[in-house]
Amino acid sequence: MTTVTQQLDIAKIRRDFPILNETINGKPLVYLDNAATTQKPRQVLDALTGYYEHYNANIHRGIHHLAEKATSAFEASRRRIQAFLNARLSEEIIFTYGSTDGINLVAQAYGRAFLKAGDEIIISTMEHHSNIVPWQMLCEEKGCILKVIPISEEGELRMEEYEKLLSERTKFVSVVHVSNALGTINPVAQIVEKAHAVGAKVLLDGAQASSHLSIDVQALDCDFYVFSLHKLYGPTGMGVLYGKKELLDAMPPYRGGGEMIKEVTFEKTTYNELPYKFEAGTPNIADVVAARTALDYVDELGKEAIAEHEHQLLRYATDALEAIEGLRIIGRAKEKIGVLSFVMEGIHHQDIGVLLDQQGIAIRTGHHCTQPMMQRFGIPGTSRASFSVYNTMEEVDSLVRGLHKVKKMLG
Amino acid sequence: MSINEIQDELISDFELFDDWESKYEYIIDLGKQLPPLEEQYKTEENIIKGCQSRVWLHTYLEGDKLHFAADSDAIIVRGLVSMLVKVLSGHTPEAIAKADLYFLERIGLHQHLAQTRSNGLASMVKQMKHYAIAYQAVD
Ligand SMILES: Cc1ncc(COP(=O)(O)O)c(C=O)c1O
Repeated sequence: MTTVTQQLDIAKIRRDFPILNETINGKPLVYLDNAATTQKPRQVLDALTGYYEHYNANIHRGIHHLAEKATSAFEASRRRIQAFLNARLSEEIIFTYGSTDGINLVAQAYGRAFLKAGDEIIISTMEHHSNIVPWQMLCEEKGCILKVIPISEEGELRMEEYEKLLSERTKFVSVVHVSNALGTINPVAQIVEKAHAVGAKVLLDGAQASSHLSIDVQALDCDFYVFSLHKLYGPTGMGVLYGKKELLDAMPPYRGGGEMIKEVTFEKTTYNELPYKFEAGTPNIADVVAARTALDYVDELGKEAIAEHEHQLLRYATDALEAIEGLRIIGRAKEKIGVLSFVMEGIHHQDIGVLLDQQGIAIRTGHHCTQPMMQRFGIPGTSRASFSVYNTMEEVDSLVRGLHKVKKMLG
Repeated sequence: MSINEIQDELISDFELFDDWESKYEYIIDLGKQLPPLEEQYKTEENIIKGCQSRVWLHTYLEGDKLHFAADSDAIIVRGLVSMLVKVLSGHTPEAIAKADLYFLERIGLHQHLAQTRSNGLASMVKQMKHYAIAYQAVD
């Protein structure tokens, strides 16, 4: 297949991100912590202020002009996200605070209602704590059993081990689509298929995948999918849970309050229909509205073009970092997004982070909320550079120069 | 020397540096020079866990003076730990309990104390003060 992806004008894209003009310790900011959160383009910032300046109102309940305008912008965002994920129905899109919130919703609402003592839940060694702890809490409460798919030295899921874990006792599989600490892209369609073959439901944690890959929840056939807008050029505090309608319908509500009810009496309350059943209280209207702008921004640049650019950065950075003596890359999966985790012999990751920060270079150091995986690799943590559409080869050069300086200072 | 005299001395040491590199090279040197804490004191009880690095703090009384010995697995934190020990160790619990630590701010390193979750440094200072207050109460 030959795909001609148009070349992005990175200099022009950079002008969309006001924060990239910041100086840190007197040096131009080199922001390489995009897996933690991406920066926001002017268009998203304008959408946020535009909402507050022109049509801030509480939604769904008011009949005045502003309430109608806010409601329709809010629901337009839902349809936009439906299209982004290629979901069958817009009511399959539930707004949340983020990936963590979505996973907790499923663990609590689905797990409490449908899982019981002795049922097995499968996760993997490379999960973010957000996709470990909610399941542990559920296991503790219900007596379910947590099983963990091991990973290889390269940082890939050991699929043959996954298959061995699957049985008629397996009731739920929750795995990360793309690893935040390693960048590994997991074979999620295959994971879903195998889980379904034993009758288990599947949640995919798309926190890292959503900004780099095209996602088609119908093609993946996953039962639930979560992601966070703040990792996708959008606002913080806003995320998405996709769930198949028949499952969401069957699940009891998770939080009670306004919005999620049909009728309340002290004797009996009836619940609202999807998606409102899972959206108790006044939602995060401004951020939901601005999320649509973030997705438009991504689609205008084109996900393939973004992925291609990030891939070039990854290849270039991988070669450059490998040339540094004593540096070892953690995570060498064949399929990766633009995430580069590494350790340097005899140097603590915190020292790397502090000394790069002095040079204006922002990376992430530590366990990246994946402590069990760090234990798997026998390391306390890594340093991680993660790339986004606005990063440049020159910034990779700055990182390499910065690391040489770190080595010199600590050597 | 009093706690403040030691702090003032450190501040004037740092005035010699006009760029971040020499400043951090000095801290790294201090970190390297700090004698490692004996293994017997690197206990679970003495550990102060940060999100990024670990700090160990051992406290003991000699006469009426409270002494500290500390260590960390990251070298820059080790350098900072060494300064904190230098400033606070060997004084009476009263003096330590009421010490105002202004030197980190004055040499532009206060951000290392502010990042409470990423390193154990801020907790270490708190811990040192706690010990001082506890020993005061014993007297
Ligand atoms: C793989 C993965 N899952 C879950 C999360 C949690 O996302 P949030 O903090 O936005 O809820 C993250 C964020 O770091 C992540 O990288």
